[in-house]
Amino acid sequence: MSSLQYLAYGFAHLFVVKTLLLMLGGVCVGLVIGALPGLSATMGVALFLPITYWLSASDSLVFLGSLYMAAIYGGSFSAILLRTPGTPSNIGTTFDGYPMAKQGRGWEAILIATYSSLYGGLFGMIMFLIFAPMLARIALKFGPPEYFWLGIFGLTVISSLSRGNTLKGFIGGLIGVLLSTIGVAPVGGNVRFTFNIPHLIGGVGLIPALVGLFCIPEVIEMILNKSKQQLYQEAKVQKGLAWKTFVNVMRKQIDLLRASIIGFIIGVLPGAGGNIANLVAYSEAVRTSKHPEKFGTGVAEGVIATEASNNAVVGGGFVPLMTLGVPGTPVDAILYGALLMQGLRPGAELFTRRADVVYTFVAGVILATFVMVPVGLAFGRGMAKVITKIPLSLLAPTVIFLTMVGSYCVSNSISDVYTMLILGLLGFVLRKLGFEAGPITLGLILGPIIESGLVQGLLIGRKLPQPWLIFITRPICWVFIVLSVFFLLWPVILKKRIVVSGGDQK
Amino acid sequence: MKARVLVALLVMLVAVFASAEKFPSKPITYVICFAPGGESDITARLQQPYLEKILGVPIVITYKEGGGGAVGWTELVTRAKPDGYTIYGTNLPHIILQPLQGGVGYKTEQINNIYFFQSTPCVLAVSVDSPIKTFQDFVEYVKKKGMVTLGGSGQPSANSFATVRLAKLTGLKITYVPFSGSGTAVPALLGGHVDGLMTYTTMAIQYKDKMRVIAVATEERISLFPDVPTFKELGIDLVEKAYRGIAVPPGTPEDVKRVLEAAFKEVNNNPEFVAKMLEMGFVIENYDEAASAKLVSELVPYYKQLWEETQGK
Repeated sequence: MSSLQYLAYGFAHLFVVKTLLLMLGGVCVGLVIGALPGLSATMGVALFLPITYWLSASDSLVFLGSLYMAAIYGGSFSAILLRTPGTPSNIGTTFDGYPMAKQGRGWEAILIATYSSLYGGLFGMIMFLIFAPMLARIALKFGPPEYFWLGIFGLTVISSLSRGNTLKGFIGGLIGVLLSTIGVAPVGGNVRFTFNIPHLIGGVGLIPALVGLFCIPEVIEMILNKSKQQLYQEAKVQKGLAWKTFVNVMRKQIDLLRASIIGFIIGVLPGAGGNIANLVAYSEAVRTSKHPEKFGTGVAEGVIATEASNNAVVGGGFVPLMTLGVPGTPVDAILYGALLMQGLRPGAELFTRRADVVYTFVAGVILATFVMVPVGLAFGRGMAKVITKIPLSLLAPTVIFLTMVGSYCVSNSISDVYTMLILGLLGFVLRKLGFEAGPITLGLILGPIIESGLVQGLLIGRKLPQPWLIFITRPICWVFIVLSVFFLLWPVILKKRIVVSGGDQK
Repeated sequence: MKARVLVALLVMLVAVFASAEKFPSKPITYVICFAPGGESDITARLQQPYLEKILGVPIVITYKEGGGGAVGWTELVTRAKPDGYTIYGTNLPHIILQPLQGGVGYKTEQINNIYFFQSTPCVLAVSVDSPIKTFQDFVEYVKKKGMVTLGGSGQPSANSFATVRLAKLTGLKITYVPFSGSGTAVPALLGGHVDGLMTYTTMAIQYKDKMRVIAVATEERISLFPDVPTFKELGIDLVEKAYRGIAVPPGTPEDVKRVLEAAFKEVNNNPEFVAKMLEMGFVIENYDEAASAKLVSELVPYYKQLWEETQGK
């Protein structure tokens, strides 16, 4: 059978009431978990893993895969409405989604996120079907030196991420990198910067940091401003907005495609996931845009970039998982466990020996991507209404409560709540000083990747006359070095371009 | 009326006493100190249904990852309630090596291990495409190239010590490259970034079509790899493995510990469970509380010596 026949078989296999219900259940659970600040896709899949033991292998995977896809999408709701990324994959959605919500265009932003997620999700899964075996081999070419440069490249993204002051953006990024060095060293296991506080051994968790840095400053701002009217303008109800937005989004094929390709490729690389992909996609959107200065004020392209890319990561992450048995993202690591529990060994032979399971799974996730659109819209509309309607005196404490619950859930410990609150206050002060949360979290995400890549690379490089030569003698490294330099100089290039085009207008 | 109230009160009182006497009467939280999907998690997931049947209460698996397990174990000895309703997965040699290295919030002797139920011996593996077919080839390869890199999980860890010890006993120049877990080291081998892996039997089984095991660090050959020699057969005194078990917070009552100990023992005697574990590459171990204490006390001086030998290297 060809893979197309297998896929047809997979779809046929899906249309069993139980499987369809499980898929719908996975989508609903995923949306709620994604939308709750602090509860990430990783946690959702881990949380619901035990209930899948009683299911068949394909049912279990369809459920978890649907949950995963929907959680990444659901995270956009809180990013748009509360400036709190629901999952680390939605960080960039706050940049333009939240300004839209403030202007009374929250519903429109949710629509954009929905269609982009659908596009990205489908793109990723289709690419997975076509290119999986080929790409898996390329992903393996990424060793520690390549990850080091990938991390450095990721940091240079800040230059197009930070609005206004690029220098402050980079300082913010370095604050993030410094925060990431707290705790046990990724290589060597030495304990650093914990000041003998046991809480800090595990380091600063990404999720408490995200919730703290993004959400808390915003809530403080809300309370200081006292009236919420200043925050969310009255939402204008427009008839036919859903269809109009759909047409508008689909017209931006280039933006959708660019973001989806970035998401897919980053998903394929083991160890890099949606958290990096959405920010790289956002910065690429800014860089290639004709009006980069408008980003951050509520432009559709910003939401399209992040939401298409993070859902494309899902399919990308399945590539190394299913072909090599190497998880591409943290969620894939749990799915790997789920496969093992079902007695399936991920790897090339899974495709040949248990093609029925693999293709039912793929068909299930594709179908779930469609299903999440109506379910998500109903859910998102309700959430948008509630958040814009309820008074501030109710909204602020509810949000604070949710951030605490979310941070606590990361590892059932109160120390993560403290981390969240402290970083929240710090984030508020830093924001007042002009340091945005985006670059700080990017530094926090990339710090460990850069550090492990550097140390492991130097160890591997001991074979060479000079260990550091390993960082400049490999072809993929060069690609990233060139990209990094280009991105780093981007603001300078941009200034020149603006000057030139400004001259034209005169 | 009065009589009825009295009866009701009595019934309640009896119920309270009955529940106080019988452990367990509510869900037990089984804390994994690592990320989901690893060896500790998979074992716990396999144990879960059997434990629920034996103990008659739900077993809730939660994760407290961070610091290579140190975050969870610090909580185990400092903050967890000693009532038997929160149990923690523990790992040897981690709980010996981390306090030796310092900076963590617990001491080895504070951890009250109840049962060590499985272990994963270290194995030396290369990629299937590698020209290295036997350990002899490996030695010649290292001599020809001048040095070789071996990836593994964590540092200090069973993998890192096995590598350092191998280098010391053979006089070969081997550089150990630590990765954040046994799984994350695999792509480095498959992509040719390291020459080989010092990994666990479980990984060698999971990737058996991609890895070639050339020596195992056990006393005797293991049934999973009947054709692969032990280091001992090759004249190298290298036996190294990681044990996994459970521990309770200090001060947990004796009777509660006995119930848990018996439950884990019973799971380990279930042929269905054992078959699943063996299939995945685990070795079943049966160290009850007393035997676990003895095992730890034997291993402490051994690792202390290794630790001192490897310092400054």
